[in-house]
Amino acid sequence: MSQPLLKVSDLRKSYGAIRAVDGVSFEVQPGEIFGVIGPNGSGKTTLFNSMLGQIQPDTGRIELQGEDVTHLGPLQLNRRGVGRTFQTLQVFGKMSVRDNLIVAAQEHQGSMLRRLFMPGDSGLGAKADALIDQFRIRHVADKKAGQLSYGQQKLVDIGMAFMSDPDLVLLDEPCAGVNPSLVGGLSRLLKELNQSRRGSFVVIEHNMDFVMDLCHRIMVMVEGKVMAIGTPAEIRANKQVLDAYLGS
Amino acid sequence: MKTRCLILFTAIAAAALLAAPHFLKSYGIYLLSYWLIYTIATMGLNLTVGYAGQKSLGHAAFLGIGAYTVAILLKAGVSFWLGLPAAALLCFAVGLVLGFPALRVQTIYLAFATLGFNTAVWLLIRNEEWLTGGTFGINNIARPEFFGYSLEGNLAYYHLVLGITVLMGLKLWILLRSPWGKAFTALRDNAIRAESLGISVRGYTLLSFAIGAAYAGVAGGLFASLVQFIEPGPFTVAASIMMYLMVVVGGPGYFLGPVLGAAVGVVLPEWLRDVPGVANWYLPAFGAAVVVLMVWLPDGLLSIPDRLKARREAREASAARTAAARKEVLQ
Amino acid sequence: MTDFLQLVLSGLATGSIYALAALGFTLLWQASGTINFAQGEFVMLPAFAMLACMSFGAPLGLAFVVTVLLAVVVLGWGFKRGVVDPLMRFGMMPIVVATIGLSIALRNGVRAGFSAEAHPFPSLFADKLFNIAGVTVTLADVGTFGLAVAIVLATQAFLARTVTGRAMQAVAQNTESAQVLGIDVPRMVFYTFAINAALAVAAALLVTPTYLAKFDMGEGLGTKAFFAAIIGGFNNSRGALVGGLIVGVAENLASAYISPAYKDAVALLIFMVVILFKPQGLLGRKEERKV
Repeated sequence: MSQPLLKVSDLRKSYGAIRAVDGVSFEVQPGEIFGVIGPNGSGKTTLFNSMLGQIQPDTGRIELQGEDVTHLGPLQLNRRGVGRTFQTLQVFGKMSVRDNLIVAAQEHQGSMLRRLFMPGDSGLGAKADALIDQFRIRHVADKKAGQLSYGQQKLVDIGMAFMSDPDLVLLDEPCAGVNPSLVGGLSRLLKELNQSRRGSFVVIEHNMDFVMDLCHRIMVMVEGKVMAIGTPAEIRANKQVLDAYLGS
Repeated sequence: MKTRCLILFTAIAAAALLAAPHFLKSYGIYLLSYWLIYTIATMGLNLTVGYAGQKSLGHAAFLGIGAYTVAILLKAGVSFWLGLPAAALLCFAVGLVLGFPALRVQTIYLAFATLGFNTAVWLLIRNEEWLTGGTFGINNIARPEFFGYSLEGNLAYYHLVLGITVLMGLKLWILLRSPWGKAFTALRDNAIRAESLGISVRGYTLLSFAIGAAYAGVAGGLFASLVQFIEPGPFTVAASIMMYLMVVVGGPGYFLGPVLGAAVGVVLPEWLRDVPGVANWYLPAFGAAVVVLMVWLPDGLLSIPDRLKARREAREASAARTAAARKEVLQ
Repeated sequence: MTDFLQLVLSGLATGSIYALAALGFTLLWQASGTINFAQGEFVMLPAFAMLACMSFGAPLGLAFVVTVLLAVVVLGWGFKRGVVDPLMRFGMMPIVVATIGLSIALRNGVRAGFSAEAHPFPSLFADKLFNIAGVTVTLADVGTFGLAVAIVLATQAFLARTVTGRAMQAVAQNTESAQVLGIDVPRMVFYTFAINAALAVAAALLVTPTYLAKFDMGEGLGTKAFFAAIIGGFNNSRGALVGGLIVGVAENLASAYISPAYKDAVALLIFMVVILFKPQGLLGRKEERKV
């Protein structure tokens, strides 16, 4: 069994008396799609933000490919191959779609000084175009990202996370606000990306069908603690989870 | 399409700028130089404020640092051609320092911090007579020689200023077209997202201040030899605010915004200065115009084409929807 | 020692005027997110208005009352409806830029249209000197300090103890909740603008006798009002008083013991230290940064 890509050990974060994350431990294998589900207030977002360097955990360890990254910030995590999408859309509205994708990975091309002398697309033009075609948004590629529909912006957001070929991508409620008819397409797209790039995903999501269909393994969080980790089938059959969360 | 328009425009403008002085009296040529110098300074501010989204109400301080550096060095016997790059480097360094508060404080607090910086620099210039001549200033600032060819005359000096303006403009154009340009825009539009994509918010923020400052430093050096007498007056907070407004009026984030802004903010009042009855009303009118501009065109004058385009596209989209709806109804 | 006390006391007087301007500034910011760059001019205009009234023969008291009414209409209602309301939807910076434009227009408009010179202004207080424990103070200093502090405390009492005042506070803290509770938000915001205008007239009444009425008298005052407000704490109206007094006293002391040439740098220096080390101000509450 190879080294896990991501290893979280006994992570804790409290806000005053509230234990948002209360001793969470899990591993994510390379190439795995790992879902995180749980009722509102279960600590999923706090867990995510800790993993992304947005907030500092109180205790515990986060290891990325064996390296301790517990206290690193978003910038350093990105350089180590962690990408993310946002729950509220955070594309660069005034830039074109193509430029959004290019800027998402340009900082990985050479040093800052060398980049001053590179062409505008840092050599990433072809890669951006490939992603645009894969996501089927060729027809809006040159429009300003702010002018796109919500669903299209969502795709750009996801595309931006993947441009720098991260080993680990954290997706924060990718289905939020997306038209139900498009959710299936989104799931297919993510599976495609997972298979072609062999990166690992950690996905927070409330849409049960989506999670069960997409993820290899799922972790259920309730009140800051891990209630269960298993395959979708195992989770569906887990009585505790059914009682606490899924209903019958 | 846009690039071709820009190149055509630049070619016409270049021709006009080269021919113009021959139709103007000495004062007119002087005014053109004045305008170009402020264009350089405002270009720098446009990078900091327009492209990188920072707040800077202290730009005139760098103009002053540049001017006094060149003037003091000239008086000490150092050549203009060494003094000018020295001024640029010094301003770059000071600009970096000014960038640090920008990492800690946001928007309006940053605006006031830069305003305070300007006050501090101005106070130093005004009070430290041993260095700057205080309120008496420095006079008899020489104009340089270029390989034995004197640039003393207004026309000759104008050519120098024009050349440097074009050079600085070109450098900025290249910078903005490079990946740095995208990084600055990302920083402006969404710093948090930018950080999560590996864009060093810290690095680019500091650079935006430093480069902007360096531009003002170059402008300041040219300014010193143009006006040949400098005193603290042009480097006050009020001057910084005017420069900020020049960026805003021209259009922040538009490459040619500073050209237009400097024309409105610097050339227009100079030109109107000798018109009786009007001269004193320039500033009140300008102030009122800024208020009106914010209501009608908050993105500046150069945003007009984009506004028209957006309106046209909205109309087309609405027409398309109506047509589609009609088709459905008729089926 | 007596010199020191003298400086402190006259600094308190100046500082209390800063506090008036800072208070209005803070209230505007809290209630509507407006940063009023023209606050200094809002003090300058009433000074000239009162002079104009008095040139028609009105006594100072009447001129003051008339000017307050005028200010509430023009600098309160007019400013809100004409400048702030249309720009609200664009965010904070367009309003800031518009108020910058306004300050330039007003300042130079008075210079071009009225006079570029400094005009004397009658003082409320007779030219008397007091001797308190060996320290000489002018009646003007004591009177200014007392009056200004009284106005600030009265304003705070109004905000804290009356129904309208509390409604205004509710709007300042959470506009949406206030709306849901049935509070007439636009009216409360207007009241804030009106109070700011009135405070500005009061500041004019107290500051102009010493500094004379001139078109650019507002320039430094506006900036110092902002610094004072930040130093005291932007989200706490008591902060304006504390900030103003600190700036006033510090300026006086620095001017005497360090150098008068760098007097204007004092407020700036304290401001820089505060925003770098305690950005919520000396009395302010820490605000959580929203990601």
